[in-house]
Amino acid sequence: MPEFSLQQALNLALCHACEDDDRVLVFGQDVGVLGGVFRVTDGLQAKFGERRVFDTPLAESGIMGMAVGLAMAGWRPVPEIQFDGFAYPAIDQIVNQVARMHYRSRGVLPMPVTLRLPSFGGIKAPEHHGESLEALFAHVPGLKVVSPSSPSQGYHLLRRAIADPDPVIFLEPKSRYWHREEFDPAAPVPEMPVGTSRVVRPGKHATLVAWGAMVSRCLRAAELAAEDGVELEVLDLRWLKPIDADGLAASVARTRRAVVVHEAPLTAGLGAEVSALVTERCFGELRAPVQRVTGYDVPYPSGALEDEYLPGIDRILTAVQTTLEYRRG
Amino acid sequence: MHTADVRALHRLMLVARRLDEEAIALQRQGAIPAYAPSKGQEAAQVGSAAALDPARDFAFPNYRDLGAAVAMGVDLVAYLCTHLNVWHGGLYDAKVSRLAPFNAVVGGPVTHAVGWAMGAKLDDTGGVAISWFGDGASSQGDIHEAMNFAGVYRLPVVFFCQNNGWAISLPTERQVAGGSVAARAAGYGMAGERVDGNDVVAVFEATRRALDRARAGAGPSVIEAMTYRLGPHSTSDDPGRYRALEDERAWLDKDPLARAAATLSAEDVAAAEEHAAEVVARVREGLLTLHERPGEELFIHVYREPTHALLEQQRAWKETAGA
Repeated sequence: MPEFSLQQALNLALCHACEDDDRVLVFGQDVGVLGGVFRVTDGLQAKFGERRVFDTPLAESGIMGMAVGLAMAGWRPVPEIQFDGFAYPAIDQIVNQVARMHYRSRGVLPMPVTLRLPSFGGIKAPEHHGESLEALFAHVPGLKVVSPSSPSQGYHLLRRAIADPDPVIFLEPKSRYWHREEFDPAAPVPEMPVGTSRVVRPGKHATLVAWGAMVSRCLRAAELAAEDGVELEVLDLRWLKPIDADGLAASVARTRRAVVVHEAPLTAGLGAEVSALVTERCFGELRAPVQRVTGYDVPYPSGALEDEYLPGIDRILTAVQTTLEYRRG
Repeated sequence: MHTADVRALHRLMLVARRLDEEAIALQRQGAIPAYAPSKGQEAAQVGSAAALDPARDFAFPNYRDLGAAVAMGVDLVAYLCTHLNVWHGGLYDAKVSRLAPFNAVVGGPVTHAVGWAMGAKLDDTGGVAISWFGDGASSQGDIHEAMNFAGVYRLPVVFFCQNNGWAISLPTERQVAGGSVAARAAGYGMAGERVDGNDVVAVFEATRRALDRARAGAGPSVIEAMTYRLGPHSTSDDPGRYRALEDERAWLDKDPLARAAATLSAEDVAAAEEHAAEVVARVREGLLTLHERPGEELFIHVYREPTHALLEQQRAWKETAGA
């Protein structure tokens, strides 16, 4: 079976999406000749021409505004904003325009826009090149939010996002771009509707809930815990809006304990939403309060402090221990 | 309208004027919560909108563009009900009307015109996008990003600035550096011109030239129509706090309707008044009898494929509503 990095898998997904639907347009700063700073759009302009794959001026609001107009004209825009922190200048277009156009036009002007956004930290990048925006976007009615954790997930989720009739914010974990995995993109697509999670590793003592780059970190934590006889289930949430509340509840109902791990700051992060859903659905089954292992409530730090900021294996295992040892007072 | 027809343009302007007056009356009567009057800007709006090809072009309005809706033949009850607070974006079909739902972020839709124009160019439809915005909106970054994109790609789009002198309480000189929006066109590599915004024929012809250029592949244009907002910014505004009554009176002498009417016969003007009165009566009736919206509408257009959570909320709402 062929092996792909996440970057190659996403590139292939874009390529196949362009082949399957000639209304798909790929655009953004540097996506053309350069093939994107992470090479995710590598070779696409050569293959599909400057009409379908094109560079834009460096203006994020303009890029997203153009996507709105293109969608109104019946195209299927797949814009890229080069780094997560640069999505902020486009927030008006994303939140006020892309997310609402279908609603305000009463369904006449659908917005099948997929915004690709290299996201999260872990590569010791300069300021504004590592942010976790999932809670911000997940809070906005009209948007869907998804993040892959591996090459095969990246391929399938991006194909699904582009095919989706609604606007999707596609958060690519840039620290995982070069991670490789074997999979066959020609094989039948596994059943994976919007808003479904997947159990990456089954376990019985507690559920680790994660997405993006934190999935592999949780898997590593689970391996280490297994050496001590603790079987952790790892749930890759994948869709951050809509969240798979059923899948989440089913896993926690089995394990009776949950630890949610994310890179974003703690306060009002998506961990709070996960925690609330678990509490609403599994209150009776829970043996301990849901634990959160997250970034801190600080601006994203410089590379020198990044490892302190990101949820490390030790912090994850400490939270696991806390939940396993929890006793009602 | 292939050439400027003063009689037809006057007729459209008069409908816009009388409807505008009616909307203000309805606001004073408590039927409309808030309204943004367009009195004085009818020539800029009607002249530019009437120049469009309704089969090919697409327009992106702001909230003060009633005249454009009139000239484009949009269902006026469905258009005005936005001000009635019935549905943000109006109840008209934007695709059929070729008029996007207006929005209050004044620079935002200008970038949409650029995207739509790129789509039209890729499809080779010969369609041109027009976007109306004000001198105040021209301060927003999106306008500059839009103009730069359109200039770089040489897209078929017309940036139509209605310079009405005031961004709520700020006069143009405190809003627009350099004093001219049209002058910016040169910096973005496109044609730009200022036009007498109270002369409906001049506006029509300037817009037609810009549309022709765009259709011929000669790229985007900026038109700055110099006009004046004769009324307040909105029904909540008090222009007496920031401008002199003499200025308003001076501009009243340049009323675009009076100017057009002066070239017409008394019979034509009387017939136009009669037509406008009929339209106003019909629209008033339509607005006042707009049924209350079904609560279900709260949920139905958020997504094309709604999320489970939203469907669940809808179900819960239904139960509490006893629906």
